[in-house]
Amino acid sequence: MTASTSSIASVMAGPAGHRGWRARLAAWRVPLSILALCLLPWLLPSNALAVNVLVYGLLAVGYNLLFGYTGLLSFGHAAFFGAGAYVTGIAIGRFGVPWFAALLLGVAAGAALAFVIGLLSIRTRGIYFSMVTLALSQLVYYTALQASSWTGGENGLRGFTVAKLDILGWSIDFLDPIKKYYVLMVFAAAALWLVSRILNSPFGAVIEAIRENETRARACGYDVERTKLIAFTLSGLICALAGTLFALHLAIVPLDILHYQTSGMIVMMTLLGGAGSFFGPFVGALAFLLMEDVVSLWTSHWQIVVGTVFILFVLFLPKGIWGTLIAWRADR
Amino acid sequence: MNAPLLSVESISRRFGGFIALEGVTAAFEANKVTAIIGPNGAGKSTFFNVLSGVLAPSAGSIRFKGRDITGTPQHRFAHLGIARSYQITNIFPELSVHENVRVAAQAFRARYDIWRNRAVMTELDDRADAALAAVGLGGRRDGTAKFLAHGQQRALEIAIALVADPELLLLDEPTAGMGPEETKEMVALLERLAAERTILLVEHKMKMILGLSDRILVLHHGRLIADGSPQHIQTDPEVRRVYLGQNDGYA
Ligand SMILES: Nc1ncnc2c1ncn2[C@@H]1O[C@H](COP(=O)(O)OP(=O)(O)OP(=O)(O)O)[C@@H](O)[C@H]1O
Ligand SMILES: [Mg+2]
Repeated sequence: MTASTSSIASVMAGPAGHRGWRARLAAWRVPLSILALCLLPWLLPSNALAVNVLVYGLLAVGYNLLFGYTGLLSFGHAAFFGAGAYVTGIAIGRFGVPWFAALLLGVAAGAALAFVIGLLSIRTRGIYFSMVTLALSQLVYYTALQASSWTGGENGLRGFTVAKLDILGWSIDFLDPIKKYYVLMVFAAAALWLVSRILNSPFGAVIEAIRENETRARACGYDVERTKLIAFTLSGLICALAGTLFALHLAIVPLDILHYQTSGMIVMMTLLGGAGSFFGPFVGALAFLLMEDVVSLWTSHWQIVVGTVFILFVLFLPKGIWGTLIAWRADR
Repeated sequence: MNAPLLSVESISRRFGGFIALEGVTAAFEANKVTAIIGPNGAGKSTFFNVLSGVLAPSAGSIRFKGRDITGTPQHRFAHLGIARSYQITNIFPELSVHENVRVAAQAFRARYDIWRNRAVMTELDDRADAALAAVGLGGRRDGTAKFLAHGQQRALEIAIALVADPELLLLDEPTAGMGPEETKEMVALLERLAAERTILLVEHKMKMILGLSDRILVLHHGRLIADGSPQHIQTDPEVRRVYLGQNDGYA
């Protein structure tokens, strides 16, 4: 084996296991993930569920970049999801901005907000970091609540329905659920490609090194704070994209999107699926949404059940559903 | 005499009211091995932390290659040419042995690049392999770092430091926690390194220090109480009183 091919295996495979198999899977992770997302509407009982798995899955993918790969537990990611959604909604509804420009604005706003919140929180460690991100995202929540002339306050933001998308002379009926799904999926696919690119890059190696051992990374010559801030901003950017897709899909932005329960949900989805695994966030989103649907049929206290399942996962299946499956397959 | 590679001037370091290092002045020439000894809590690791930017000195200054580097952020030190190992093994436990060293080498080529595929940076792979071979871990490159034996993990940490090709290598108790067999291998490694590098070494094992070092500094309660050749230090009455006397087993 030459130095370069063996190095690809050792770089891509990450933690132990049969590196050959995992390296092959890693090399194909983007096309395989896109294929799975293509099939989703045909595998799930409803289109509504498929769109939700897509959007929340993407949200968890963005979060996973920070939590799973950089090792930072943020409790404030609802802010970026919400910023993307609100800015897109306001841009379309109030200023009549074309949908694609509104999407870009939403993403830019979410990334900018992530940069600011990152700047304020990144120097704190551990539980303090989690608390600072939580507090700052609560600030965003109350700002949205107060600025009701812009955001609709508790009633949520309405009145920006996109019925038709004009793409390069084509006109797509955005009210057709299947067409809508595939339009949104194109953006999710682009984001997955970007995330995979980041993970394969030199920068991707640095964030994993920081997750593994911050002190050693610093001694090796990496500016840990600056690297974390970049990772935080990129993570916020992906979450903001999920937010704009959410707004385009629902044509409403409920205030709840900024609530700390949304931040908690993002953490749960990521952990259920498998923090630090590429496709895990989608599996986590599906598991969470299915649980919510099924359990809420027979009790209104579904959060207790979901919370219990979550705790069991943390205790007994820390790699999550997808992460455990991958590790199990790799060990055989 | 040549201009020293590193010099420290009246370095002190306080933790609250406690003085861990007080008025240490010394200069270190290139291509020499200097051992730093002293009883537990003497301030040896604190001295290394100051020399590697982990801690800023409370007073005093540090010059490296003629430049004042006092107050430089820690992550710059590797780029200046100062690399270290820690008293307690400090590696990337879940990464492969090879990736541990490769990512250390990468710091000098690409730190914020999110576009390139790192697999094409093959020269880093080769440098990592060379550093692993130098510490005798060539055969373990694809294993996960945390599964290495203790002595191998310590050698890996030295490979991580070596791949930076540092002009100054700081080694804080490289044989800590090792049995006699592992210690022998580490000593052989240190002898090879001593031939071509400037090394500061903290150690408790006197026999090993006497064999390896050109010069010995003795710290006691944060003060430098002796500085000289191994022969000189062995016969220094003050050193015998505070340190060597307690370590008859090693001496
Ligand atoms: N970060 C810190 N905060 C407070 N006190 C510290 C800190 N680091 C070291 N000390 C204290 O400074 C003194 C010197 O510690 P240091 O680790 O430098 O000793 P040492 O010579 O390396 O000892 P050993 O041989 O046990 O490794 C000790 O009393 C220690 O408790
Ligand atoms: Mg020490």
